[in-house]
Amino acid sequence: MLVFEKNNMTDEIEQLVNKYGKSRSSLLPILQDIQRKHKFIPDFAQQEVARLLDIHPVEVYSVITFYSFLNTKPKGRNIIRLCQTITCDLAGKENIAKAIERELGIKFGETTKDNKITLEYVNCLGMCDQGPALLVNERVYSKVTPEKAIQILNEIK
Amino acid sequence: MESKSNLRSPVSQQAHVIEKPKDITTIGGTVTIEINEKKVSVPFGTTILEACKMNGISVPTLCHHEDLCVAGVCRICVVEVEGMRTLQASCAFPITNPIKIKTSSPMVRKARRHIIDLLLSEHYGECYSCFRNGKCELQNLAKEYGVDTYTFGHVTEPRYEVDNSSYSVIRDMSKCVLCKRCVRTCIDLQEVGVLEAVNRGHETMISTFLDKPLLDVICINCGQCINRCPTAALRANDPSDEIWAAIDDPNKHVVIQTAPSPRAAICEEFGMEAGHSLTKELNTALRRIGFDKVFDTNTTADLTIFEEGTELLLRLYKALVKKEEVALPQFTSCSPGWVKFLEHYYPEYIDNLSSAKSPQQMFGALIKTFYAQKVGIDPANIVSVAVMPCSAKKYECNRPEMNSSGYKDVDYGLTTRELARMIKEAGINLPEMPKSDFDSPFGEASGAGLIFGATGGVMEAAIRSVYEFITGNKTEDAFENANVTPVRGFEGIRYVEIPLGDKFGPVPDILKHLIPNWDWLKGVTLKVAIAHGTANAKKIMDDIKAGGKFSECHFIEFMACPGGCLGGGGQPIPTTPEIRKKRAQAIYAEDESLEMRKSHDNPNVIRLYEEFLTDGPCGHTSHKLLHTHYTKRGRYIV
Ligand code: SF4
Ligand code: SF4
Ligand code: SF4
Ligand code: FES
Ligand code: FES
Repeated sequence: MLVFEKNNMTDEIEQLVNKYGKSRSSLLPILQDIQRKHKFIPDFAQQEVARLLDIHPVEVYSVITFYSFLNTKPKGRNIIRLCQTITCDLAGKENIAKAIERELGIKFGETTKDNKITLEYVNCLGMCDQGPALLVNERVYSKVTPEKAIQILNEIK
Repeated sequence: MESKSNLRSPVSQQAHVIEKPKDITTIGGTVTIEINEKKVSVPFGTTILEACKMNGISVPTLCHHEDLCVAGVCRICVVEVEGMRTLQASCAFPITNPIKIKTSSPMVRKARRHIIDLLLSEHYGECYSCFRNGKCELQNLAKEYGVDTYTFGHVTEPRYEVDNSSYSVIRDMSKCVLCKRCVRTCIDLQEVGVLEAVNRGHETMISTFLDKPLLDVICINCGQCINRCPTAALRANDPSDEIWAAIDDPNKHVVIQTAPSPRAAICEEFGMEAGHSLTKELNTALRRIGFDKVFDTNTTADLTIFEEGTELLLRLYKALVKKEEVALPQFTSCSPGWVKFLEHYYPEYIDNLSSAKSPQQMFGALIKTFYAQKVGIDPANIVSVAVMPCSAKKYECNRPEMNSSGYKDVDYGLTTRELARMIKEAGINLPEMPKSDFDSPFGEASGAGLIFGATGGVMEAAIRSVYEFITGNKTEDAFENANVTPVRGFEGIRYVEIPLGDKFGPVPDILKHLIPNWDWLKGVTLKVAIAHGTANAKKIMDDIKAGGKFSECHFIEFMACPGGCLGGGGQPIPTTPEIRKKRAQAIYAEDESLEMRKSHDNPNVIRLYEEFLTDGPCGHTSHKLLHTHYTKRGRYIV
């Protein structure tokens, strides 16, 4: 990171700390905000969050690596997450996965060359009675069919 | 500081309290319970584990450690509590009701056995090639519970690469049982925060920030995590193979210095109870192993008092008389873990650190200059080993600036544990050794040097000398038997004021060229403080930063390890509050038994100034050989 980028990052985190407070329990909301904005949590940001909350960088890293929805490496601008847990699996998750992979030409765990879309598996999204379930950024789609999945893909900018 | 301490679980808030109060504080009286059908009464709030211990019933533990907050993650300590559906972790169950407990029912035994089998199913390692063989808590559990097969299988390949980047600590996560004792140690006791659990589920492992090698993150090398790890997942970087090779090489002159804390603790490695110093037995054993000379680190501890004490007096003189800008309070610099802690977290206070080297490094520089000249040996052929209670000493001797003799001043830092193993390997039973003295030209040292091993010891040694330098009186006049008891003890932070009065003696000859008289100290009260465990150091530093009472101190002793060196990361495992206390008793008893109790009475040191360091304490030669400089490292690694 360049110096001015670091400074901007520090300013940004200071604002978040002001907004959520300095206590340990502010860690998750702060990380979520950074994740939402940058699509990942840069190494430098982790250190700054630690410094401003008076905890240790490894504690921040520990939390990030625990949660699937927080990540330390940049990903695509849009993240598509397909539920891989058993009910969705039985409801036809595999077909959805194949359809999406074929359409985008990448596998799950990968990002498209233009950085537009990242594909990931997730565990139960709490929509088990309406599977297969798909999460596009922060929006959930239920009872997805291969056709519907392609349509959803086409709607993404 | 405030906000944080409220958020960790209760025991860890008291991380700085090394000693538990004798009686467990009773809030709301006692509760009568039944353990294995026997009625006992315990203070309200006692954990089941403590209650069992108090009544002589043993319950196995793994993640529990007396120095640390409750974690309750391993479940090996489960017991049956009547009326509860599931088994309960006894270490994390405070007694508030008259419950009935069974500690060894079939259900309990089966559950514990399962837990052990599951741990072993993920554990890579063969005990006979393992440094914890015979001293491993996991191995012990397997033995106690009669494990004879791997019910759930066993891994045959290492799951993780060994991290041996650090000079001090080696991490072998394939042997980790995820008890998080190291995590709690590094965060709660030390406030360094190197280690945490990363990832989730079966991928969980203990790792560092961004999974970097230990050398590349902010680790102060204190080794406290090693001392609390139940298995061999953490161990010190052991140089004994290289040392054997040097001993076996006829062209090498191998000298060894022994620090006071290993001498007070090594008995534990030979099956003795804690609290016996084996100083003179060790001298004999070391010669039998093949070391050419055995020296006493206390000699240079005495020298440290001259150098660091003079430095302090000069700083005060400059500040009070010459009105110069000098960094005060002066901080001690003999704990390399503390030094690195400050370099990372408080780099702006680097000038407050005494520039005097630690006794280990002073000795190293003298051995390859003064001693080499005296005995006519080429320093290139001298191998200098230091027996230390400390894993950070391994790092310290590898600091690039530590070569003022023109060679690497100290070649190897060896821990108490490693030395014990070498002695055993040589077939020697240490406690049976005849006693013998240290070698000349250094010979005997003072009791002041000896007590460097306990928290408050450097301060006490300094007071014993500085008080006499200034007042011309005997320390005994102010402190009974020269025991400066106010600076002793195990409280995490101690603050002491010593009024200097207005009756001063003449300036001793050795300092005359630096300071003309003491009049300027009239009415001054010397303010000193002591902290051990870097979590406590942090509290003092934050107070200084905020301009609190510690910023008005003149001199502060900091030790990275809880209890001081005697609780160092290279000491025998286990190290508990009880054991630390016994080691301290051994050290203070040895001090009291000596004739020479004050650094400035050490004739070897006085001779050193006459023959070699001829421009006196803090003079030119001293500065070249006995003083050092520090690096502003800062807290950012990316
Ligand atoms: S860590 Fe303990 S159980 Fe594992 S191999 Fe070493 S001695 Fe054996
Ligand atoms: S050596 Fe000390 S600082 Fe380093 S990881 Fe262990 S406890 Fe933490
Ligand atoms: S490294 Fe040792 S202390 Fe740390 S979690 Fe693993 S087994 Fe426990
Ligand atoms: S299993 Fe897919 S949402 Fe629950
Ligand atoms: S010792 Fe009680 S849960 Fe680990």
